[in-house]
Amino acid sequence: MIKFDAVSKRYPNGTTAVDDLSLDLPEGGVTVLVGSSGCGKTTTLRMVNRMVEPTSGTISVGGRNVLEADAAELRRGIGYVIQQSGLFPHRTVLDNIATVPLLLGWGRRKARARAAELLELVGLPADTSKRYPHQLSGGQQQRVGVARALAADPPVLLMDEPFGAVDPVVRTQLQNELLRLQEELRKTVVFVTHDIDEAVRLGDRIAVFRTGGRLVQCAEPAELLARPADDFVADFLGAERGLKLLSLTTLADVPHAPGRAIRADEPVGAIGRDGGRWRLVTSPRGEPLGWLDTDALPAGGTAGEAELAAVRPLRDTDSLLSALNEAVSSPAGAVARVTADGVLTGVTSRDAIHDRAGRSHADATRAAAPAAPSRTTAEKTRTTTEKPHEPAGEGVTPDDPAPDDPGPEAAAPAERPA
Amino acid sequence: MTVEWGWFPDHAGELTRLTADHLATAVPAVLFGLLIALPLAVLAHRVRPLRGFVLGASNILYTIPSLAFFVLLLPVTGLTRTTAITGLTAYTLVVLVRNTVEGLDAVPERVREASKAMGTRPLRTLLTVELPLALPVIMAGVRVATVMSISLVSVASYIGYGGLGQLFTDGFQRNFPTPVIAGVALTLLLALAADALLVTVQRLCTPWRRGTPRSAPKLWKRA
Repeated sequence: MIKFDAVSKRYPNGTTAVDDLSLDLPEGGVTVLVGSSGCGKTTTLRMVNRMVEPTSGTISVGGRNVLEADAAELRRGIGYVIQQSGLFPHRTVLDNIATVPLLLGWGRRKARARAAELLELVGLPADTSKRYPHQLSGGQQQRVGVARALAADPPVLLMDEPFGAVDPVVRTQLQNELLRLQEELRKTVVFVTHDIDEAVRLGDRIAVFRTGGRLVQCAEPAELLARPADDFVADFLGAERGLKLLSLTTLADVPHAPGRAIRADEPVGAIGRDGGRWRLVTSPRGEPLGWLDTDALPAGGTAGEAELAAVRPLRDTDSLLSALNEAVSSPAGAVARVTADGVLTGVTSRDAIHDRAGRSHADATRAAAPAAPSRTTAEKTRTTTEKPHEPAGEGVTPDDPAPDDPGPEAAAPAERPA
Repeated sequence: MTVEWGWFPDHAGELTRLTADHLATAVPAVLFGLLIALPLAVLAHRVRPLRGFVLGASNILYTIPSLAFFVLLLPVTGLTRTTAITGLTAYTLVVLVRNTVEGLDAVPERVREASKAMGTRPLRTLLTVELPLALPVIMAGVRVATVMSISLVSVASYIGYGGLGQLFTDGFQRNFPTPVIAGVALTLLLALAADALLVTVQRLCTPWRRGTPRSAPKLWKRA
């Protein structure tokens, strides 16, 4: 869908922002460009809609060479979400979203109707439509930014650190929303971030750049984490990349034993001593409420009235990483498994999770490169042949001139809600 | 110095005529000033090397004493209202050009970028994004320019187009303070009224700024 062919970007001062990049981004997938500041990831993104012109090489979107297109028309066909939203402060939320449809000549009525649809799509209440950006929270502004980018239904969506300026809780919400939207819309998304966790969460494929604008490795998250191309990538992925790999595997195929749960309305006197020290207490509907310590039962009352240790029940869609976390923090050394509705289905022991985690990691690491499952449109893993010249870590120098990536601090002051 | 109140009803017609005359000089000066300042400021904003030249030139115009200005213009435009308006227009430029450039500078870069990235062409970005966002700062300049023009009109009484300023010459020549006081008071009222009107216009034109604390320096808390 988006094809970079031997693309370089050099600035007159001698800086190379992007160095001989060849990359093919499959249609309908999320490709995340990661790397530290000044690695050329933002420049790469901005060359797609000609916000930056390449020095050499060609870029095509949907088979059309972007350099031969009229820049303004090209941009109307490519959604763009920037850091801190870049909303127009003097336009209402609805008119912000309607920007591109209006430029395309849809007419005010149709453009606004479409904007109202999108407001709903990104999960904002209808009464925000008449408000101005500064009256919204950072997370809401970012949602409007996404809605604006999607307004004319472009096949391609460029996102430049869109969630960089919001707090971690909101960021997680926005990431989930994006995954939900993507499930529905199947856009070709190019997403720039310096946060490897965000990349692993969102990316169908991750392209790792290093200082000097060189693409080091482009692969699916699991493969990247299991087999980083070189020390630079391994270093960038961080010491916990084994754990990150676990975040990609779900609990679905991890077996569970039927849990012998106690209903909250059972009197404590009736609880047998044969079920182990820690027993799960559930609501009458079957939702886990907490772990009951049968060695320290109160004299009377029901199980629900006794003091319970916290439980965080896990669904099949939750990751092995969160299961591991819950198993470690649970006093019973086990996790409670529930259906999508939150009803207890059983219990998985810490050991079972450990086993599965070990196996999952071994599988990912063992899988030989040619046999790598090509889950997205086949694009071979591109790996630089050379090893990094300097020891890993040195390539992450933050003092790079970084003409493309001013970083969040350099941006104009954020519009804060009044 | 006593005011002879009886003078006012006798001269109501003259006062009205002079007030209208005053405005007929001051208002066109600001409008022409804006017409000249906007393109100059856009040019100075877009073409960095021109910036110092444009701002410097408007500053130099301002430093010419107003009386000298009229004298210099006389051979060209004669004893006409054009002379008065031209002089005042030149004075409005310094504040209008500077404020417009500053207003355009203050448009957040990422908003400009967003507009470009949405596929808006430069002229449309200027008209629909940059100028509206610069409007509060431009309007602050318009307010200063308006008040300044209204007070400077009286200088043009030397060439016969001083509006309410004619009352000063009249009063001084006859050693009769009442018209002087009337002229000062009416000029002041006119300036205040014009400023209040502009604040109202600005508020109507910038609905997105209502209820926000940050805004251009205000002489009036509320219009």
